[in-house]
Amino acid sequence: MALQATTSLKRTPLYELHREAGAKFVDFGGWEMPVQYGSIIEEHKAVRTSVGLFDVSHMGEIEIRGPRALEVVQRLTTNDASKLEVYQVQYSTLCYPHGGIVDDLTVYRLGPEHFLLCVNAANIDKDFSWIVEQARGDADITNTSAQIAQLALQGRHAQATLQPLCDLALDGVRYYWSAKGRVKGIEALISRTGYTGEDGFEIYCPASQGSELWRALMEAGAPYHIKAIGLGARDTLRLEMGYALYGNDITAETTPLQAGLGWIVKLNKGDFIGREALAKERGEGIKRRLVGLEMIDRGVARAHYHILVDGQVVGEVTSGTVSPSLNKSIGLGYVRTESAKVGTPLQVDIRGKPAQAQVASMPFYPSQVRKA
Amino acid sequence: MEFPAGLRYTKEHEWIRVEGDQAYVGITDYAQQELGDVVYVELPEAGGAVRYMEPFGVVESVKAVSDLFSPVTGSVKQVNEELFNRPELVNSDPYGQGWMLVVEVGDASQLDTLMTAEQYAAYLRQTKEG
Repeated sequence: MALQATTSLKRTPLYELHREAGAKFVDFGGWEMPVQYGSIIEEHKAVRTSVGLFDVSHMGEIEIRGPRALEVVQRLTTNDASKLEVYQVQYSTLCYPHGGIVDDLTVYRLGPEHFLLCVNAANIDKDFSWIVEQARGDADITNTSAQIAQLALQGRHAQATLQPLCDLALDGVRYYWSAKGRVKGIEALISRTGYTGEDGFEIYCPASQGSELWRALMEAGAPYHIKAIGLGARDTLRLEMGYALYGNDITAETTPLQAGLGWIVKLNKGDFIGREALAKERGEGIKRRLVGLEMIDRGVARAHYHILVDGQVVGEVTSGTVSPSLNKSIGLGYVRTESAKVGTPLQVDIRGKPAQAQVASMPFYPSQVRKA
Repeated sequence: MEFPAGLRYTKEHEWIRVEGDQAYVGITDYAQQELGDVVYVELPEAGGAVRYMEPFGVVESVKAVSDLFSPVTGSVKQVNEELFNRPELVNSDPYGQGWMLVVEVGDASQLDTLMTAEQYAAYLRQTKEG
């Protein structure tokens, strides 16, 4: 058995709370993050059946302000930010001119001339440089990541947990909308968003008050047996939904079209970085696709394992685990488009042995997000 | 954490319990705790051979894949197929229902190279401090 250790890395303002709670830590994109507090499977099930709280303060926040802020966001992102009303939120990607993905992100419109981009932790510096460079001085760009703590409260009892602490009527905050309010007196931006497929909220507050917010939510969630959730369960939860993880399933070498994110690529919105390459790819036909995989034989598909059709390598697994909700081995991976149809038989090369698998429809687990 | 006396332990966190000319093999309480929830176990077939401190199989947690090393050279008499359906037994009962193999020990002198429970506990303390 080869076991790994953790080295010292960047930490969120809630680090000491995690340590006190007995978390096991892991290096995640340069951050020392709790991977689990107890059992990953129990944490996963707590979110699916009740409510869980995640420290996602490692995520980055980049703000864009000014009379030309919208124009800059439109130039940088693939989705159509002009459709955003104030306090509306949008999932999007930043692309390179060749169509590869710089990062995936959520775009918050906080004012007519003010946007907040929530980006992946490992990409903060890269994204900030990219955005500043591409903005060409047309807007004020600030990296406010270090000043902001972010908690994700996810699960069917998320609203019941948060509401008593909060001066907003949360029923009025719809899916992919946000609002400013106070949570136990702490000024916060609250959005009905998440990375789990459950109803829930992502809550941004000043970094210095992150721990206070965490304690208040853990206390308020006690009647629902709220659990602290680490990155281990965050990964199994998102994978059951087929949500892509930057660095695994989407990278500079993959395009949003290949990744099944065509719904956030608005080729008709006007010019944006990557538009030409993506229009060409769509026109010529997308050669490979990110698909859901489910194992038929025993075995667990893991990132970088080869995917075979009739003994020929047709792609690679990008994420894989055993689904705690479904108790079966699931994954994501790229295959040639001709092998991308649901039900297509494939093999995954597990340590030299081809194991039977098939292309599965996604999400693997039905989404419970509150769309209405 | 529990390390029963009478078992021998490897630096890779497997245990072996000799009963006559046969021996049970599994992973330690420390190993299962470090791994977290075990979701998959891959074992050799009965009749196969295992070699001293070479991989004989794989144990997977939600996050990680780890090789299993055989404490001795020998032939596999029995594998715990119950683990294919209930891998969590490795977590809940690592020295009991979580056993992995029964092997016929080929060279009993190899057992002397393995750690006693006391030595293994000291080894863990040392590894953690180091």
